[in-house]
Order: sequence, then structure tokens, then C-alpha cells
Amino acid sequence: MAEMEAGSAPIVSLSALGDGEGWRKAGACGDVSIGPTAMILQAILFYVFAAAAVASGAMVVVARNPVHSVLFLILAFFNTAGLFVLIGAEFLAMILVIVYVGAVAVLFLFVVMMLEIDFVDLRSGFVRYLPIGALVGLILLAELVLVSVSWAVTKSGAVAPAVLPPGGVALSNTRALGDILYTRYLFAFQGAGLILLVAMIGAIVLTLRRRADVRRQSIAAQLARTRAQSVEVVKVPVGGGV
Amino acid sequence: MAIGLAHYLAVATILFTLGIFGIFLNRKNVIIILMSIELILLAVNINFVAFSVFRNDLVGQAFAMFVLTVAAAEAAIGLAILVVYFRNRGTIRVEDINMMKG
Repeated sequence: MAEMEAGSAPIVSLSALGDGEGWRKAGACGDVSIGPTAMILQAILFYVFAAAAVASGAMVVVARNPVHSVLFLILAFFNTAGLFVLIGAEFLAMILVIVYVGAVAVLFLFVVMMLEIDFVDLRSGFVRYLPIGALVGLILLAELVLVSVSWAVTKSGAVAPAVLPPGGVALSNTRALGDILYTRYLFAFQGAGLILLVAMIGAIVLTLRRRADVRRQSIAAQLARTRAQSVEVVKVPVGGGV
Repeated sequence: MAIGLAHYLAVATILFTLGIFGIFLNRKNVIIILMSIELILLAVNINFVAFSVFRNDLVGQAFAMFVLTVAAAEAAIGLAILVVYFRNRGTIRVEDINMMKG
């Protein structure tokens, strides 16, 4: 923090961060108007990413082959990461790519490919469930749209215009996130780590199995052998053989 | 035209609805249901991040990280349960998962 004091950028103190305010204001991006070209480019990028994300989300649901579903899920994650970068949340975008694409989606891919399942049979109820699914989906969509509309109409939130964070942000997204995560939400952060630990141990315990038909090395038994158990002194009579 | 909060909320809404839709549509396939849940959590994350950025409040992004954590843990445990179930029963049809008579 100290080195920033020399610059012209206002300083974000930890207490200001604690209130959740001041992250954007720290940079000079709050009121800076970007050029029309940049704005158009941003709009184009947004629509490309959003359209791809929605389309791949739809394909996740309706694809015939679950492997294709997983691949479309990966595409949806990538496009959402693009949206996050566009909005200025770079750290979460990278985390999304690393955690979701690198770990979760690959996990899905492994499970889909390892299980020997007749997927055609699993698709059999598709048409039957289509009307009820569409009905529930439409009702939910209508509700969410109503919420959004009412929220927009009442103007309860002081919504700033969308601006891209320019390069000269005093506090980078990652650093600001770290500041708030390691101070105010330290215990929640530790709890998240604990959840991951429990999930890891749980997954290992669930899937570990001892197979009776496989001979395994028992290191404890090997180390516990004594000389008396393994060496036998035999007196061999002359000419008798062992 | 500037891209505002409403645009991001619209994307999140559509993705969330697609997730719910997928749960109803693929009633027999647990894997697709898990993927639909991932879509729903992704939509929630988009909402968190969009509100966080447009309201100048970083807390939303911090909680999006927690949502991400929970989503990863849920996927790992869910898929582990799925693998164990398939090993024991030889199927993952949702209708056949009725041993506990819930």
C-alpha cells in the first residue's frame, strides 16, 4: 500500500475495503468514459460471449451424447470466463477456467467415459418430460424476468454505467480480492478450505475398495516378520538330503 | 449502447432457467442432472460478479469464490457417489435409485 501513496491514485485503506467499497474508486475507472470504439467492441464481445454461453448451455441440456454435454459445459465455462474478464473480474475468470474446466469438467468427462451405460435408454423419457420441463422453465423464466424488470423500474440500486477497467487500476482485481478475502472473510475462507478437504477425503473414502481377487503387498506384514518366523534350522542327516 | 447490469442479469437468468429445464428434461440421467446443477451455480456466479462490479462492492466476488468451492466439492462428492452406485447396482437410472424409499 505504501508505494501507492506516491502516485496520484487515491489510497484504498483496509477499512474502506472492509466495507466493500472503494475497489473501483481506487482506480481511475469509475468515471472515466471510454471511447465509442471501445464501447462498441465491448458490446460486440459481450454479445458473442453471452450468445455462445447460452447456446452451449442449451446444448448441455439437449445433447444426445453425455460426452458432448460435458464438452459443451466446458464451452459454457470458457464463455462465462470471457464475460468475467469483460466485466473486470479477471481473477474469478482465471479461477473459473482452472477449477471448472481443469478439474470439474475433466472429472465429469472421466466419469462419463468410465461408466458403461446405455445412454440411449436413459434418453427414452425425453419427449415425455418435455412439456412439464418447458412449463416449469417458462414459469421460472417469467418470474426471474419479473424480478429483473421490477428491480430495474424501481431504480433502487444506484447502477453505475458499465465501464471496462482500464490498465491503470491502482488496485488490481486479484489484489483487492485477496485483501478482502484474507481479512474480513478469513474464517469463511478457512471454512471453504475445510469443505474442500472434506470433499476430497469423502470422495476417496467413497470410491476406495478392497478387491479380494487382487493380491496386494502388505508392507506391515513384511516388516513385522521376525527371524524365528522365516528362518528354520534343519539338521540334515548325512546322505539323507533335505 | 453500453452493456449494463441488466445484460449480465439476462444471461444469468437464461442460464439458470436452462439448468432447471435440464433437470426436468433429463429425469433419468444423473450425470446430466449434475451438469445442470453446475449450470445453475454458474448462473448464480454471474449474478454475484455482475452485482459486485456494478455496485462497486467486492464482497460479491468473494462469495462467488465460495460458491465455486461448494460447486467443486459437490461435483466431486456427487460423482463419487455415482461411481459407487454404479459399481453396486450396474445402473444410474434415477427411477432405480429407490432403495431408501424416500
